[in-house]
Amino acid sequence: MKLIKPGVYFWQGSEACAEAALLAGCRFFAGYPITPATEIAEHLAKRLPQVGGIAIQMEDEIASIGAVIGASWTGAKAMTATSGPGFSLMQESIGYAFMTETPCVIVDVQRVGPSTGQATKCAQGDVMQSRWGTHGDYSAIVLSPNSVQEMFNLTIRAFNLAEKYRTPVILLSDEVVAHMREKVVVPPVEKLEILNRRKPKPGERAFFGREEVPPMPSVGEGFNVAVTGSTHDEFGIRYTADPGVHRRLVERLNGKVQNHVDEIAEVEAYNIENCKIGIVAYGCTSRAVYDAVEEAEVRGISVGYVRLKTLWPFPEKVVRRLAETVGKIIVPEMNLRQIFYEVARTAEGRAEVIPLNKVGGGELITPEELLDKILEEVGRNV
Amino acid sequence: MSESFSVKKYLRDLKLPFCPGCGAFTVMNAFLRAVHELGYENLEKFVFCSGIGCSSWIPSPYFLADSIHTLHGRSIPVATGVKLMRPDLNVVVFGGDGDIVGIGLSHFIHAARRNLDVLVIMINNMVYGMTGGQVAPTTPFKVKTTTTPYGSFEYPLDAVKLAVVAGANYAARWTTAHPTELKEAIKKALKLKGFRFIEAVSQCPTAFGRRVGFKTAAEMIKWFKENSITLEESGGLSEEDLTTKIVVGDFVHRDRPTLIETIYAVIKEAQESE
Repeated sequence: MKLIKPGVYFWQGSEACAEAALLAGCRFFAGYPITPATEIAEHLAKRLPQVGGIAIQMEDEIASIGAVIGASWTGAKAMTATSGPGFSLMQESIGYAFMTETPCVIVDVQRVGPSTGQATKCAQGDVMQSRWGTHGDYSAIVLSPNSVQEMFNLTIRAFNLAEKYRTPVILLSDEVVAHMREKVVVPPVEKLEILNRRKPKPGERAFFGREEVPPMPSVGEGFNVAVTGSTHDEFGIRYTADPGVHRRLVERLNGKVQNHVDEIAEVEAYNIENCKIGIVAYGCTSRAVYDAVEEAEVRGISVGYVRLKTLWPFPEKVVRRLAETVGKIIVPEMNLRQIFYEVARTAEGRAEVIPLNKVGGGELITPEELLDKILEEVGRNV
Repeated sequence: MSESFSVKKYLRDLKLPFCPGCGAFTVMNAFLRAVHELGYENLEKFVFCSGIGCSSWIPSPYFLADSIHTLHGRSIPVATGVKLMRPDLNVVVFGGDGDIVGIGLSHFIHAARRNLDVLVIMINNMVYGMTGGQVAPTTPFKVKTTTTPYGSFEYPLDAVKLAVVAGANYAARWTTAHPTELKEAIKKALKLKGFRFIEAVSQCPTAFGRRVGFKTAAEMIKWFKENSITLEESGGLSEEDLTTKIVVGDFVHRDRPTLIETIYAVIKEAQESE
């Protein structure tokens, strides 16, 4: 076993993601090359065999997520990494993973879309795809890093949440965070919290029900587990005629996420109880917030912000609290309004929600642009 | 040995979903008989992957075994993940022609190219049976289906020949009129490594047989019997003569290094070179 030694590294976001995956226990990667996610595949292709794991380039993204699901049922922690178009191809299988309660991690390094868009440029256009990409009623867990260190931390968290809740978890990164280089502190392995799925005891058979998160056997262990994406009872037996069976199953699967929002939904909140104006930001765009807030404070304007480290389930409580404090909330995004509507829904009219959008060319929203928006909004009204 | 054979010990206590006269019964029976004759008392050493369609129900959830019933066409990728992480298990894929060489065609070719150690059993009924008899990649030319009411205007795909050129270690075709040969092919395939492909030409009396003029399943099986010729016999026939024939037998049997061998050699090398 040759895991990375504790220490300080100067890494690209993709490297941080790959090394964190190995520390989290990932031993299987299947992927298909796509800009700007390819570096994760390349890094793991080199590193996984060194730790006894497997990395394979499949024929497409559909095959990649399929292989990840198969590997997960052998007990392995497994992941794939892609970008918007590949993520779209994986959506049917993500629904399958949700329905069959298959833990796995899907990294989406966002680029400009729709379609082939601008392959090498940064965007935040997959926010809603990450939430609602597959069909039917489901609840996604989606994490959003804004630095290389956080790419490292949230990759480990993604594996932990996948294992704990037996569900796919999406790490929604972007071109900037995946490609930039920053300092990363790797703590000793024993300081990392690494969670593993609960295994069944001999004789247990209800791998798809009875408990909120049922124990998960691996294939080849003698449990005779029947896995299906069709509506099934707690023993995995297809049961597609009875509305009650479907309701029970799908409500439990959604409940696994929705009943634990407080534990899953992580934010970084600053000054939200006393500020005049608020910001809700995430991912690369949120990097502009720190300087903008500091500059605004120099000018005597108290700004508070909520930085979403978890996009889904949406951290409603803290955003609502911000809305109760301030008159206005600015939502900067590199898309044409995706989290904006979620903030507006959550604010329920308590605060005016103001979009600040930029798309195309991979240009970030700068601290100056955000500051200008703050000054404009404060000057006009607050 | 066959006297003591009973499918029941390998099956869950569930009612099978197939229509009367369905060829899936024959294939299920041939597979379980092969397993029995190879001395497996249960299916603990097996993992079954299947997709969407009637034949994907052969293992799932009816076999008393680990089975992963995947999405339409995606059984082979899922089987890839299973086999790579658990090389000690026998991974067997069951699917129909639509599943394996329709929507899943690319996965089929690439698994054969990689020489992935799985056995794929494709039940070819020449039609999309579960959705009610639409045209399939294997539907014979000019045959009427619900989506080709004037007759199919496309040429059918020969999956066995494709498996051969793509790189399979073993590829064979039999029909439900050849249950013994089918069983023997499965036995042979289960003892081999690498990509193994068996096509079982099968009757769908409900969505296909009726429509092309067969009154019963038995009539269709009789037709399979009368129109099958062995690979050896087919040698002197023209392509035109062969369009109405089912060529049966072993199409390839070779011993290329398998994906498990090559990928684990890489892991060994990477660990030693560090």
